[in-house]
Amino acid sequence: MCIVECENVRKIYRKGTQEVVALDGVSLKIKKGEFLALAGPSGSGKTTLFNVLGGLDRVDEGCVILDGDELNQLTDSRLAELRLRKIGIIFQSFNLIPVLSALENVEFVMLLQGIPPAERNRKAKELLGDVGLGGLYARRPAELSGGQQQRVAVARALAGNPAIVLADEPTANLDSQTGARLLALMKEMNQTRKVTFIFSTHDRMVMEYASRLVHIKDGRIRDE
Amino acid sequence: MLLQLAWRNIWRNPRRTILILAAVTIAVWSMVFSSALMRGIADQMVRNGIATLTGHIQIHQQGFRDDPSAAMHMKNPTELKQTLQDHLPPGALFSARVRTNAVASNARHSGGVTLVGIDPDREKKLSFVSSSIISGNYLDAEDPYGIIIGTSLMNSLKTRVGNKLVVMAQDTRQKMSSRAFRITGEYRAELEATEKEFVFITLPAAQNLLKMDEALSEICIVLPDREKVRETAAALARILPKDHEILAWQEMLPLVTATLRLYESIIYLWYLVAFTAMAFGLVNTFLMAVLERIREFGLLRALGMKSRWIIQGVMTESFFLLVIGIALGNALGAISVIGLSHTGIDLSVFAGGTQYWGLPKIIYPVLLASDAILVNGIVLVLGLLVSGYPALKASHFTPVEAMAHT
Repeated sequence: MCIVECENVRKIYRKGTQEVVALDGVSLKIKKGEFLALAGPSGSGKTTLFNVLGGLDRVDEGCVILDGDELNQLTDSRLAELRLRKIGIIFQSFNLIPVLSALENVEFVMLLQGIPPAERNRKAKELLGDVGLGGLYARRPAELSGGQQQRVAVARALAGNPAIVLADEPTANLDSQTGARLLALMKEMNQTRKVTFIFSTHDRMVMEYASRLVHIKDGRIRDE
Repeated sequence: MLLQLAWRNIWRNPRRTILILAAVTIAVWSMVFSSALMRGIADQMVRNGIATLTGHIQIHQQGFRDDPSAAMHMKNPTELKQTLQDHLPPGALFSARVRTNAVASNARHSGGVTLVGIDPDREKKLSFVSSSIISGNYLDAEDPYGIIIGTSLMNSLKTRVGNKLVVMAQDTRQKMSSRAFRITGEYRAELEATEKEFVFITLPAAQNLLKMDEALSEICIVLPDREKVRETAAALARILPKDHEILAWQEMLPLVTATLRLYESIIYLWYLVAFTAMAFGLVNTFLMAVLERIREFGLLRALGMKSRWIIQGVMTESFFLLVIGIALGNALGAISVIGLSHTGIDLSVFAGGTQYWGLPKIIYPVLLASDAILVNGIVLVLGLLVSGYPALKASHFTPVEAMAHT
């Protein structure tokens, strides 16, 4: 069963009179529970595809269907609602809200979803425990290492029970050991929770972890 | 948690937060204090005007104000006093007077004055005379030859307490009538012009001098509540004979009334100036705070936060700052007003200037609840409105734009 479906997606950026084709007829189907890496060099279009799949950006042509919703047909407000309910996002850096503690960062998405305080507190603690940060609830992001911050981000991404988790080069700012531990964690979450993970990366280690690898170059899918 | 988030956000840059809090606090303080000062000046002017023989309401024979002579008198005072006893609200005071233009002279000097015959006991409670005696004694009701004069007149006549003073005026029969009085007391008034103008003798002495029998020139009324003046004057106008003129203090002191309106306008103008200065600071600070956090707003949008939640978040931060600033400004304003409520601000060194403008020598600030509420309302509501601009700006960042921001 497909959780994400891209059909002939084109995305063009305009800078003055110049046009840059970031995605040029991309078609891609992602099944529920996949652990997929979008790989490619800088400027290949993988981040654009990541943004399009995450409902962060709109396509110029073609369509993207996420769990039954065609993203280009949604208003900004509905798109925000969809990101809140169906997508978990992990960024390369600046992942957490600096003035909230680790626990509050994880709770935040559930707060926006309207989950009652006691339930979100219990679930946030459980998720932080699952990512190995059981004793660090009260720590602010500045008091956590890069790897710990990314673990909090993984917990937060899973907190809203999303259909997919999108991770934009999640290991780029981590050393190889921390990166490997994070990937193992995400793989475990993928397998135990059956959550679809989609990475954009040019990190070989991420590609090795992926159960499916999609290469992008010049805005097109080259091979799988 | 959204409140916590807003609260913590405002303390991310404590120096900037303290600066904007200082701006709001000073703006509120200046608005509260300046309005209290203006109200104090206005209140003193009205009080002085009322205490300087005007009272809240005066009753005269029709035409007395155009021709304040002994001939323009009210002939049936007993009936008039009884009507007032019956119809004035509880706590109201009134006093009968005779008033006419006269010449006061001694062996070497003379000057034009307004001669006022008063009931010493009743007058004590409703005008400045008894409380302003600085040498000698207040009038004795049994003394038909006693006279009280002001310090300025005393100086210009080069006389002193205990000396004789001859007062000459035209009586009800249009003849000049004069009598020698002995100066029993010297009074000091708020305005020099008052000291020069008014001399006081007892009511029977004045009636006798002016051949008025029991007749009166005016009745001055002071009510327990200044706000009821117009209503009471209108009620009296309905029941008193038509040849009587009933005037409220607002009509008798047109300059004070106009000045009050001017002060009211100045207060609102100052509100505008203080608020505008504060608003620029507020918008500037919030814009800085928003632009510094573009990536964070992008993250929040990416997580699924809707535009209106981001607006709410920024507005909540603004609300916290405004509420704290308003509370501090009010506290500072209250301390300033309470601190000066006993001593006042003494402007007597500028006596010449203050008299020229009709200002009191000592200003006691008066803080009205309505002014404080208005200031707080203006700062809070308009402050939130101007914060709407940075809040809207924050809500308009798209996640991709914002996350790409460095």
